[in-house]
Amino acid sequence: MSYFRLVRVFFRVNLVGEAAYRINFFVNLFQSILGLGTALLGMAIIFSFTNSLGGWSPAEILALVGVYIMIGGIIRFTIQPGMEHLIESVRDGTFDFTLTKPEDAQLITGISRFGIWEIINIGLGFVLLVIALVRLGGSIGGLQAVEFLAMLLTGSVIIYSFFLILATLAFWLVRVENILTIFQSMYEAGRWPVSLYPPWLRYGLTFVIPVAFATTVPVEALTNRLNWLTLLVAFVLAAVLSIVSRAFWKLGLKHYSGTSA
Amino acid sequence: MKSLFQLYIQQFKTTFATMFQYRASLVIWMIGQVLEPLVYLIVWSTVSNGNGGSIESYTTGAFVSYFIILMLVNQFTYTWVMFDYEYRIREGFLSFALLKPVHPIHSDIADNIMSKSITLPVLTVIAIVLGLAFHARLSVTPWLAVLFVPGLLLAFALRFLLEWTLAQSAFWTTRVSAINQIYFFLLLFLSGQIAPLSILPRAIQIAAKILPFYWTIGFPTELLLGKITLVGAVIGLGVQVIWLTIAVFLLRLVWRLGVKAYSAVGQ
Repeated sequence: MSYFRLVRVFFRVNLVGEAAYRINFFVNLFQSILGLGTALLGMAIIFSFTNSLGGWSPAEILALVGVYIMIGGIIRFTIQPGMEHLIESVRDGTFDFTLTKPEDAQLITGISRFGIWEIINIGLGFVLLVIALVRLGGSIGGLQAVEFLAMLLTGSVIIYSFFLILATLAFWLVRVENILTIFQSMYEAGRWPVSLYPPWLRYGLTFVIPVAFATTVPVEALTNRLNWLTLLVAFVLAAVLSIVSRAFWKLGLKHYSGTSA
Repeated sequence: MKSLFQLYIQQFKTTFATMFQYRASLVIWMIGQVLEPLVYLIVWSTVSNGNGGSIESYTTGAFVSYFIILMLVNQFTYTWVMFDYEYRIREGFLSFALLKPVHPIHSDIADNIMSKSITLPVLTVIAIVLGLAFHARLSVTPWLAVLFVPGLLLAFALRFLLEWTLAQSAFWTTRVSAINQIYFFLLLFLSGQIAPLSILPRAIQIAAKILPFYWTIGFPTELLLGKITLVGAVIGLGVQVIWLTIAVFLLRLVWRLGVKAYSAVGQ
Protein backbone atom coordinates (compact mmCIF):
# COMPACT_ATOMS: atom_id res chain seq x y z
CA MET A 1 0.00 0.00 0.00
CA SER A 2 2.69 2.46 0.99
CA TYR A 3 4.51 1.52 -2.21
CA PHE A 4 1.64 2.79 -4.35
CA ARG A 5 1.48 5.95 -2.28
CA LEU A 6 5.20 6.47 -2.83
CA VAL A 7 4.81 6.00 -6.59
CA ARG A 8 2.01 8.58 -6.57
CA VAL A 9 4.06 11.08 -4.60
CA PHE A 10 7.17 10.66 -6.74
CA PHE A 11 5.11 10.87 -9.92
CA ARG A 12 3.48 14.06 -8.70
CA VAL A 13 6.85 15.61 -7.86
CA ASN A 14 8.12 14.81 -11.35
CA LEU A 15 4.93 16.07 -12.96
CA VAL A 16 4.97 19.35 -11.07
CA GLY A 17 8.62 19.80 -11.98
CA GLU A 18 7.86 19.43 -15.68
CA ALA A 19 4.59 21.35 -15.63
CA ALA A 20 6.59 24.51 -15.06
CA TYR A 21 7.72 24.22 -18.68
CA ARG A 22 4.37 24.02 -20.37
CA ILE A 23 5.63 24.63 -23.87
CA ASN A 24 7.72 21.47 -23.49
CA PHE A 25 4.50 19.55 -23.90
CA PHE A 26 4.01 20.88 -27.42
CA VAL A 27 7.67 20.46 -28.36
CA ASN A 28 7.59 16.86 -27.12
CA LEU A 29 4.28 16.21 -28.82
CA PHE A 30 5.78 17.50 -32.06
CA GLN A 31 8.88 15.31 -31.65
CA SER A 32 6.81 12.22 -30.87
CA ILE A 33 4.61 12.77 -33.91
CA LEU A 34 7.68 13.32 -36.08
CA GLY A 35 9.12 10.06 -34.76
CA LEU A 36 5.87 8.28 -35.55
CA GLY A 37 5.79 9.87 -39.02
CA THR A 38 9.35 8.69 -39.67
CA ALA A 39 8.42 5.11 -38.80
CA LEU A 40 5.21 5.15 -40.87
CA LEU A 41 6.76 6.80 -43.93
CA GLY A 42 9.62 4.30 -43.85
CA MET A 43 7.10 1.47 -43.68
CA ALA A 44 5.06 2.95 -46.54
CA ILE A 45 8.14 3.12 -48.79
CA ILE A 46 9.16 -0.46 -48.08
CA PHE A 47 5.64 -1.84 -48.50
CA SER A 48 5.22 -0.07 -51.83
CA PHE A 49 7.53 -2.81 -53.21
CA THR A 50 6.14 -5.81 -51.41
CA ASN A 51 3.11 -6.94 -49.46
CA SER A 52 4.96 -9.13 -47.01
CA LEU A 53 8.30 -8.66 -45.26
CA GLY A 54 9.82 -11.95 -44.18
CA GLY A 55 6.29 -13.37 -43.98
CA TRP A 56 4.90 -10.42 -42.00
CA SER A 57 1.96 -8.49 -43.45
CA PRO A 58 1.79 -4.66 -43.26
CA ALA A 59 -0.80 -4.82 -40.45
CA GLU A 60 1.45 -7.15 -38.47
CA ILE A 61 4.46 -4.86 -38.93
CA LEU A 62 2.22 -1.95 -37.91
CA ALA A 63 1.44 -3.77 -34.67
CA LEU A 64 5.18 -4.28 -34.19
CA VAL A 65 5.88 -0.57 -34.74
CA GLY A 66 3.12 0.24 -32.24
CA VAL A 67 4.66 -2.05 -29.62
CA TYR A 68 8.13 -0.68 -30.46
CA ILE A 69 7.02 2.92 -29.82
CA MET A 70 4.94 2.00 -26.77
CA ILE A 71 7.64 -0.11 -25.05
CA GLY A 72 10.29 2.45 -26.01
CA GLY A 73 8.10 5.04 -24.29
CA ILE A 74 7.68 2.87 -21.20
CA ILE A 75 11.44 2.31 -20.97
CA ARG A 76 12.17 6.05 -21.17
CA PHE A 77 9.21 6.85 -18.91
CA THR A 78 9.97 4.64 -15.97
CA ILE A 79 13.08 2.47 -16.36
CA GLN A 80 15.80 4.63 -17.87
CA PRO A 81 15.42 7.88 -15.87
CA GLY A 82 15.76 6.07 -12.54
CA MET A 83 18.83 4.15 -13.73
CA GLU A 84 20.46 7.30 -15.09
CA HIS A 85 19.82 9.01 -11.78
CA LEU A 86 21.33 6.03 -9.94
CA ILE A 87 24.53 6.15 -11.98
CA GLU A 88 24.80 9.90 -11.45
CA SER A 89 24.15 9.72 -7.72
CA VAL A 90 26.69 6.92 -7.20
CA ARG A 91 29.29 9.07 -8.93
CA ASP A 92 28.65 12.25 -6.96
CA GLY A 93 27.83 10.49 -3.70
CA THR A 94 24.23 11.65 -3.32
CA PHE A 95 23.23 7.99 -3.39
CA ASP A 96 23.86 8.18 0.39
CA PHE A 97 20.52 9.95 0.73
CA THR A 98 18.69 7.11 -1.03
CA LEU A 99 20.27 4.63 1.38
CA THR A 100 19.17 6.55 4.45
CA LYS A 101 15.52 6.25 3.45
CA PRO A 102 13.46 3.54 5.17
CA GLU A 103 12.20 1.93 1.95
CA ASP A 104 14.23 -0.50 -0.15
CA ALA A 105 16.86 1.38 -2.16
CA GLN A 106 16.14 -0.55 -5.37
CA LEU A 107 12.49 0.43 -5.07
CA ILE A 108 13.26 4.09 -4.50
CA THR A 109 15.70 4.09 -7.42
CA GLY A 110 13.03 2.67 -9.67
CA ILE A 111 10.33 5.18 -8.87
CA SER A 112 12.17 8.40 -8.06
CA ARG A 113 12.48 9.64 -11.64
CA PHE A 114 9.97 9.67 -14.48
CA GLY A 115 10.37 10.81 -18.07
CA ILE A 116 7.00 12.56 -17.94
CA TRP A 117 6.68 13.43 -21.63
CA GLU A 118 7.17 9.82 -22.70
CA ILE A 119 3.50 9.39 -21.82
CA ILE A 120 2.90 10.86 -25.29
CA ASN A 121 4.89 8.06 -26.95
CA ILE A 122 3.17 5.41 -24.86
CA GLY A 123 -0.19 6.83 -25.99
CA LEU A 124 0.80 7.09 -29.67
CA GLY A 125 2.21 3.57 -29.66
CA PHE A 126 -0.94 2.26 -28.05
CA VAL A 127 -3.17 3.99 -30.63
CA LEU A 128 -1.05 2.52 -33.42
CA LEU A 129 -1.34 -0.92 -31.86
CA VAL A 130 -5.13 -0.59 -31.64
CA ILE A 131 -5.34 0.47 -35.30
CA ALA A 132 -3.21 -2.54 -36.26
CA LEU A 133 -5.41 -4.83 -34.15
CA VAL A 134 -8.54 -3.56 -35.88
CA ARG A 135 -6.93 -4.25 -39.25
CA LEU A 136 -5.86 -7.70 -38.16
CA GLY A 137 -9.47 -8.18 -37.17
CA GLY A 138 -10.84 -11.54 -36.11
CA SER A 139 -7.58 -13.43 -36.51
CA ILE A 140 -6.69 -12.84 -32.87
CA GLY A 141 -8.09 -15.33 -30.42
CA GLY A 142 -8.36 -15.13 -26.65
CA LEU A 143 -5.27 -17.27 -26.14
CA GLN A 144 -3.14 -14.97 -28.32
CA ALA A 145 -4.36 -11.93 -26.42
CA VAL A 146 -3.39 -13.52 -23.09
CA GLU A 147 -0.02 -14.62 -24.47
CA PHE A 148 0.57 -11.12 -25.82
CA LEU A 149 -0.04 -9.48 -22.44
CA ALA A 150 2.06 -12.10 -20.68
CA MET A 151 4.94 -11.53 -23.12
CA LEU A 152 4.69 -7.73 -22.76
CA LEU A 153 5.00 -8.14 -19.01
CA THR A 154 7.80 -10.72 -19.26
CA GLY A 155 9.64 -8.52 -21.76
CA SER A 156 9.38 -5.54 -19.41
CA VAL A 157 10.81 -7.58 -16.52
CA ILE A 158 13.71 -8.73 -18.72
CA ILE A 159 14.44 -5.16 -19.87
CA TYR A 160 14.21 -3.80 -16.33
CA SER A 161 16.61 -6.44 -15.01
CA PHE A 162 18.97 -5.82 -17.90
CA PHE A 163 19.03 -2.07 -17.16
CA LEU A 164 19.50 -2.75 -13.45
CA ILE A 165 22.51 -4.96 -14.10
CA LEU A 166 24.09 -2.31 -16.35
CA ALA A 167 23.40 0.50 -13.89
CA THR A 168 24.68 -1.54 -10.94
CA LEU A 169 28.07 -1.67 -12.65
CA ALA A 170 28.36 1.97 -11.52
CA PHE A 171 29.19 0.73 -8.00
CA TRP A 172 32.50 -0.64 -9.32
CA LEU A 173 33.24 1.36 -12.45
CA VAL A 174 31.80 4.73 -11.32
CA ARG A 175 32.03 6.35 -14.75
CA VAL A 176 29.43 4.50 -16.77
CA GLU A 177 27.24 7.42 -17.91
CA ASN A 178 27.08 6.14 -21.45
CA ILE A 179 26.54 2.48 -20.75
CA LEU A 180 22.76 2.77 -21.07
CA THR A 181 22.97 4.22 -24.58
CA ILE A 182 24.03 0.77 -25.78
CA PHE A 183 20.43 -0.30 -25.35
CA GLN A 184 19.11 2.76 -27.20
CA SER A 185 21.31 2.15 -30.22
CA MET A 186 20.39 -1.54 -30.36
CA TYR A 187 16.70 -0.86 -29.75
CA GLU A 188 16.47 0.66 -33.26
CA ALA A 189 16.78 -2.85 -34.66
CA GLY A 190 13.66 -3.90 -32.75
CA ARG A 191 11.46 -1.97 -35.16
CA TRP A 192 11.60 -4.95 -37.54
CA PRO A 193 10.96 -8.61 -36.74
CA VAL A 194 14.24 -10.13 -35.52
CA SER A 195 13.50 -13.20 -37.66
CA LEU A 196 14.71 -11.08 -40.62
CA TYR A 197 18.21 -10.88 -39.21
CA PRO A 198 21.04 -13.38 -39.67
CA PRO A 199 21.50 -15.78 -36.70
CA TRP A 200 24.41 -13.94 -35.01
CA LEU A 201 22.44 -10.66 -34.92
CA ARG A 202 19.22 -12.42 -33.94
CA TYR A 203 20.87 -14.14 -30.98
CA GLY A 204 22.66 -10.93 -30.03
CA LEU A 205 19.35 -9.07 -29.96
CA THR A 206 17.75 -11.87 -27.97
CA PHE A 207 20.30 -12.89 -25.35
CA VAL A 208 23.06 -10.25 -25.23
CA ILE A 209 20.91 -7.13 -25.45
CA PRO A 210 17.37 -8.46 -25.04
CA VAL A 211 15.59 -6.16 -27.50
CA ALA A 212 13.66 -9.03 -29.08
CA PHE A 213 11.75 -9.85 -25.88
CA ALA A 214 10.45 -6.29 -25.72
CA THR A 215 9.22 -6.01 -29.31
CA THR A 216 9.26 -9.04 -31.61
CA VAL A 217 8.23 -11.71 -29.09
CA PRO A 218 5.01 -10.02 -27.87
CA VAL A 219 3.90 -9.39 -31.45
CA GLU A 220 4.79 -12.96 -32.37
CA ALA A 221 2.42 -14.03 -29.61
CA LEU A 222 -0.25 -11.73 -30.99
CA THR A 223 0.07 -13.01 -34.55
CA ASN A 224 0.14 -16.69 -33.56
CA ARG A 225 3.81 -17.20 -34.42
CA LEU A 226 5.05 -17.94 -30.94
CA ASN A 227 6.14 -21.48 -30.21
CA TRP A 228 6.04 -22.89 -26.70
CA LEU A 229 9.81 -23.02 -26.50
CA THR A 230 10.19 -19.24 -26.92
CA LEU A 231 7.43 -18.72 -24.38
CA LEU A 232 9.21 -20.96 -21.91
CA VAL A 233 12.60 -19.34 -22.55
CA ALA A 234 11.06 -15.91 -21.97
CA PHE A 235 9.57 -16.93 -18.63
CA VAL A 236 12.75 -18.64 -17.46
CA LEU A 237 14.93 -15.73 -18.58
CA ALA A 238 12.68 -13.22 -16.81
CA ALA A 239 12.79 -15.25 -13.60
CA VAL A 240 16.56 -15.84 -13.74
CA LEU A 241 17.37 -12.24 -14.66
CA SER A 242 15.26 -10.74 -11.89
CA ILE A 243 16.96 -12.98 -9.31
CA VAL A 244 20.44 -12.38 -10.72
CA SER A 245 19.96 -8.62 -11.03
CA ARG A 246 18.68 -8.41 -7.45
CA ALA A 247 21.67 -10.40 -6.18
CA PHE A 248 24.04 -8.27 -8.25
CA TRP A 249 22.43 -5.11 -6.89
CA LYS A 250 22.94 -6.31 -3.30
CA LEU A 251 26.55 -7.13 -4.08
CA GLY A 252 26.92 -3.61 -5.51
CA LEU A 253 25.42 -2.06 -2.39
CA LYS A 254 27.95 -3.90 -0.24
CA HIS A 255 30.74 -2.56 -2.40
CA TYR A 256 29.46 1.01 -2.28
CA SER A 257 31.24 3.39 0.01
CA GLY A 258 29.86 6.91 0.05
CA THR A 259 31.97 9.30 -1.94
CA SER A 260 30.22 12.53 -1.11
CA ALA A 261 32.04 15.44 0.43
CA MET B 1 49.12 30.85 -40.53
CA LYS B 2 51.71 29.20 -38.31
CA SER B 3 49.52 29.63 -35.26
CA LEU B 4 46.60 28.05 -37.11
CA PHE B 5 48.79 25.06 -37.90
CA GLN B 6 49.73 24.76 -34.24
CA LEU B 7 46.09 24.98 -33.24
CA TYR B 8 45.26 22.04 -35.51
CA ILE B 9 48.14 19.97 -34.11
CA GLN B 10 47.08 20.73 -30.55
CA GLN B 11 43.44 19.88 -31.27
CA PHE B 12 44.53 16.60 -32.88
CA LYS B 13 46.36 15.68 -29.69
CA THR B 14 43.44 16.69 -27.47
CA THR B 15 40.92 14.74 -29.54
CA PHE B 16 43.18 11.69 -29.62
CA ALA B 17 43.58 11.75 -25.85
CA THR B 18 39.85 12.31 -25.26
CA MET B 19 38.89 9.44 -27.53
CA PHE B 20 41.14 7.02 -25.73
CA GLN B 21 39.79 8.20 -22.41
CA TYR B 22 36.24 7.35 -23.55
CA ARG B 23 36.92 4.08 -25.37
CA ALA B 24 33.71 2.41 -24.24
CA SER B 25 31.52 5.31 -25.40
CA LEU B 26 33.33 5.20 -28.71
CA VAL B 27 32.53 1.52 -29.20
CA ILE B 28 28.87 2.03 -28.25
CA TRP B 29 28.61 4.97 -30.65
CA MET B 30 30.12 2.95 -33.47
CA ILE B 31 27.70 0.08 -32.91
CA GLY B 32 24.91 2.55 -33.61
CA GLN B 33 26.68 3.84 -36.73
CA VAL B 34 26.91 0.30 -38.10
CA LEU B 35 23.54 -0.97 -36.98
CA GLU B 36 21.31 1.55 -38.77
CA PRO B 37 22.58 0.94 -42.33
CA LEU B 38 22.84 -2.78 -41.50
CA VAL B 39 19.14 -2.93 -40.61
CA TYR B 40 18.16 -1.23 -43.88
CA LEU B 41 20.57 -3.51 -45.75
CA ILE B 42 18.78 -6.54 -44.34
CA VAL B 43 15.27 -5.14 -44.87
CA TRP B 44 15.94 -4.20 -48.52
CA SER B 45 17.74 -7.49 -49.26
CA THR B 46 14.68 -9.31 -47.94
CA VAL B 47 12.35 -7.22 -50.11
CA SER B 48 14.58 -7.65 -53.14
CA ASN B 49 14.85 -11.43 -52.70
CA GLY B 50 11.08 -11.66 -52.34
CA ASN B 51 10.78 -9.64 -55.53
CA GLY B 52 12.80 -12.10 -57.62
CA GLY B 53 16.28 -10.81 -56.79
CA SER B 54 16.07 -7.15 -57.72
CA ILE B 55 14.13 -3.89 -57.41
CA GLU B 56 14.41 -1.69 -60.48
CA SER B 57 18.13 -1.34 -61.23
CA TYR B 58 19.23 -2.69 -57.84
CA THR B 59 19.96 -6.40 -57.41
CA THR B 60 20.17 -7.84 -53.90
CA GLY B 61 23.98 -7.74 -54.13
CA ALA B 62 23.83 -4.08 -55.21
CA PHE B 63 21.63 -3.23 -52.19
CA VAL B 64 24.21 -4.86 -49.96
CA SER B 65 27.10 -2.86 -51.43
CA TYR B 66 24.96 0.30 -51.46
CA PHE B 67 24.33 0.23 -47.72
CA ILE B 68 27.88 -0.82 -46.85
CA ILE B 69 29.36 2.04 -48.90
CA LEU B 70 26.71 4.36 -47.46
CA MET B 71 27.83 3.37 -43.97
CA LEU B 72 31.40 4.41 -44.81
CA VAL B 73 30.38 7.63 -46.59
CA ASN B 74 28.10 8.53 -43.71
CA GLN B 75 30.92 7.90 -41.25
CA PHE B 76 33.23 10.07 -43.35
CA THR B 77 30.86 13.03 -43.58
CA TYR B 78 28.91 13.09 -40.32
CA THR B 79 29.48 15.60 -37.54
CA TRP B 80 28.30 15.87 -33.93
CA VAL B 81 28.61 19.62 -33.53
CA MET B 82 24.80 20.11 -33.20
CA PHE B 83 24.87 18.03 -30.04
CA ASP B 84 27.79 19.97 -28.54
CA TYR B 85 26.85 23.49 -29.40
CA GLU B 86 23.91 23.98 -27.07
CA TYR B 87 26.11 22.81 -24.19
CA ARG B 88 28.86 25.23 -25.19
CA ILE B 89 26.45 28.15 -25.19
CA ARG B 90 24.54 27.12 -22.09
CA GLU B 91 27.69 26.60 -20.04
CA GLY B 92 29.44 29.67 -21.41
CA PHE B 93 32.32 27.80 -23.05
CA LEU B 94 31.71 29.68 -26.25
CA SER B 95 32.86 32.87 -24.51
CA PHE B 96 36.37 31.42 -24.20
CA ALA B 97 36.35 30.35 -27.83
CA LEU B 98 35.35 33.88 -28.84
CA LEU B 99 38.35 35.33 -27.04
CA LYS B 100 40.74 33.38 -29.24
CA PRO B 101 42.08 35.14 -32.33
CA VAL B 102 40.90 32.35 -34.67
CA HIS B 103 37.41 31.33 -35.71
CA PRO B 104 36.05 28.56 -33.44
CA ILE B 105 35.19 26.43 -36.48
CA HIS B 106 38.87 25.49 -36.83
CA SER B 107 39.02 23.44 -33.65
CA ASP B 108 35.86 21.63 -34.73
CA ILE B 109 37.38 20.81 -38.11
CA ALA B 110 40.55 19.48 -36.46
CA ASP B 111 38.50 17.53 -33.92
CA ASN B 112 36.47 15.97 -36.73
CA ILE B 113 39.50 14.98 -38.81
CA MET B 114 41.32 13.35 -35.90
CA SER B 115 38.27 11.50 -34.68
CA LYS B 116 37.63 10.03 -38.09
CA SER B 117 41.23 8.98 -38.64
CA ILE B 118 40.62 6.67 -35.69
CA THR B 119 37.10 5.46 -36.45
CA LEU B 120 37.32 5.04 -40.24
CA PRO B 121 39.96 2.25 -40.30
CA VAL B 122 37.91 0.27 -37.77
CA LEU B 123 34.75 0.81 -39.77
CA THR B 124 36.47 -0.16 -43.02
CA VAL B 125 37.35 -3.54 -41.52
CA ILE B 126 33.73 -3.96 -40.39
CA ALA B 127 32.57 -2.99 -43.89
CA ILE B 128 34.78 -5.65 -45.50
CA VAL B 129 33.52 -8.33 -43.09
CA LEU B 130 29.90 -7.34 -43.75
CA GLY B 131 30.55 -7.27 -47.50
CA LEU B 132 31.83 -10.86 -47.38
CA ALA B 133 29.10 -12.05 -45.02
CA PHE B 134 26.26 -10.62 -47.11
CA HIS B 135 27.80 -11.29 -50.56
CA ALA B 136 28.16 -7.72 -51.75
CA ARG B 137 28.44 -7.21 -55.50
CA LEU B 138 30.59 -4.29 -56.55
CA SER B 139 31.72 -3.44 -60.08
CA VAL B 140 33.69 -0.21 -59.97
CA THR B 141 33.70 2.05 -63.02
CA PRO B 142 37.23 3.57 -63.20
CA TRP B 143 36.21 7.13 -64.11
CA LEU B 144 33.47 7.29 -61.51
CA ALA B 145 35.82 5.86 -58.89
CA VAL B 146 38.23 8.71 -59.64
CA LEU B 147 35.42 11.27 -59.35
CA PHE B 148 34.36 9.60 -56.09
CA VAL B 149 37.35 11.20 -54.33
CA PRO B 150 36.40 14.88 -54.96
CA GLY B 151 32.73 13.90 -54.57
CA LEU B 152 33.40 12.51 -51.10
CA LEU B 153 35.56 15.46 -50.01
CA LEU B 154 32.97 17.98 -51.25
CA ALA B 155 30.25 16.00 -49.48
CA PHE B 156 32.19 16.19 -46.24
CA ALA B 157 32.83 19.93 -46.60
CA LEU B 158 29.19 20.59 -47.46
CA ARG B 159 27.74 18.52 -44.64
CA PHE B 160 30.22 19.98 -42.15
CA LEU B 161 29.31 23.57 -43.06
CA LEU B 162 25.57 22.85 -43.10
CA GLU B 163 25.57 21.10 -39.74
CA TRP B 164 27.82 23.75 -38.22
CA THR B 165 25.35 26.38 -39.43
CA LEU B 166 22.46 24.35 -38.05
CA ALA B 167 24.22 24.14 -34.70
CA GLN B 168 24.07 27.94 -34.50
CA SER B 169 20.33 27.65 -33.86
CA ALA B 170 21.39 27.23 -30.23
CA PHE B 171 22.02 30.99 -30.17
CA TRP B 172 18.28 31.60 -30.43
CA THR B 173 16.56 28.60 -28.90
CA THR B 174 17.14 26.04 -26.17
CA ARG B 175 15.00 23.47 -27.99
CA VAL B 176 17.78 22.32 -30.25
CA SER B 177 16.78 18.66 -30.05
CA ALA B 178 13.51 19.35 -31.90
CA ILE B 179 15.38 21.20 -34.66
CA ASN B 180 17.94 18.41 -34.90
CA GLN B 181 15.17 15.85 -35.18
CA ILE B 182 13.64 17.71 -38.14
CA TYR B 183 17.05 17.76 -39.78
CA PHE B 184 17.59 14.02 -39.26
CA PHE B 185 14.10 13.31 -40.58
CA LEU B 186 14.90 15.16 -43.81
CA LEU B 187 18.33 13.54 -43.97
CA LEU B 188 16.89 10.03 -43.62
CA PHE B 189 14.45 10.36 -46.51
CA LEU B 190 16.28 12.77 -48.81
CA SER B 191 19.93 11.71 -48.51
CA GLY B 192 19.53 8.10 -49.57
CA GLN B 193 19.92 6.69 -46.05
CA ILE B 194 16.59 4.87 -46.11
CA ALA B 195 16.93 3.57 -49.67
CA PRO B 196 18.72 4.38 -52.93
CA LEU B 197 17.15 7.55 -54.30
CA SER B 198 16.32 6.04 -57.68
CA ILE B 199 13.77 3.60 -56.22
CA LEU B 200 11.98 6.26 -54.16
CA PRO B 201 8.85 8.11 -55.37
CA ARG B 202 9.57 10.78 -58.00
CA ALA B 203 8.53 13.67 -55.74
CA ILE B 204 11.13 12.63 -53.14
CA GLN B 205 13.77 12.28 -55.84
CA ILE B 206 13.16 15.79 -57.16
CA ALA B 207 13.14 17.33 -53.67
CA ALA B 208 16.33 15.43 -52.81
CA LYS B 209 18.19 16.67 -55.86
CA ILE B 210 17.19 20.30 -55.32
CA LEU B 211 18.00 20.29 -51.61
CA PRO B 212 21.54 19.67 -50.31
CA PHE B 213 20.97 16.40 -48.37
CA TYR B 214 21.48 13.93 -51.23
CA TRP B 215 24.76 15.60 -52.19
CA THR B 216 26.23 14.93 -48.74
CA ILE B 217 25.65 11.14 -48.63
CA GLY B 218 23.75 9.50 -51.49
CA PHE B 219 25.70 11.05 -54.37
CA PRO B 220 29.22 9.87 -53.40
CA THR B 221 27.78 6.46 -52.51
CA GLU B 222 26.22 6.04 -55.95
CA LEU B 223 29.41 7.29 -57.60
CA LEU B 224 31.48 4.47 -56.14
CA LEU B 225 28.70 2.03 -56.91
CA GLY B 226 28.73 3.13 -60.55
CA LYS B 227 25.03 4.02 -60.60
CA ILE B 228 25.58 7.44 -62.20
CA THR B 229 26.56 8.35 -65.78
CA LEU B 230 29.80 10.24 -66.33
CA VAL B 231 27.88 13.36 -67.35
CA GLY B 232 25.63 13.00 -64.31
CA ALA B 233 28.71 12.71 -62.12
CA VAL B 234 30.27 15.92 -63.46
CA ILE B 235 26.97 17.80 -63.09
CA GLY B 236 26.69 16.41 -59.58
CA LEU B 237 30.10 17.73 -58.61
CA GLY B 238 28.97 21.11 -59.97
CA VAL B 239 25.84 21.03 -57.80
CA GLN B 240 28.02 20.20 -54.80
CA VAL B 241 30.21 23.24 -55.50
CA ILE B 242 27.13 25.49 -55.83
CA TRP B 243 25.70 24.22 -52.54
CA LEU B 244 29.09 24.59 -50.89
CA THR B 245 29.20 28.26 -51.93
CA ILE B 246 25.70 28.81 -50.57
CA ALA B 247 26.66 27.01 -47.35
CA VAL B 248 29.73 29.23 -46.81
CA PHE B 249 27.61 32.34 -47.32
CA LEU B 250 24.91 31.00 -45.00
CA LEU B 251 27.36 30.05 -42.29
CA ARG B 252 29.00 33.50 -42.27
CA LEU B 253 25.62 35.22 -42.14
CA VAL B 254 24.19 33.04 -39.36
CA TRP B 255 27.44 33.21 -37.37
CA ARG B 256 27.50 37.04 -37.53
CA LEU B 257 23.85 37.31 -36.44
CA GLY B 258 24.31 34.62 -33.80
CA VAL B 259 27.29 36.21 -32.09
CA LYS B 260 25.36 39.47 -32.00
CA ALA B 261 22.41 37.71 -30.34
CA TYR B 262 24.70 35.86 -27.93
CA SER B 263 24.77 37.10 -24.40
CA ALA B 264 27.24 35.12 -22.35
CA VAL B 265 25.75 32.63 -19.98
CA GLY B 266 27.74 30.85 -17.33
CA GLN B 267 30.77 31.87 -15.36
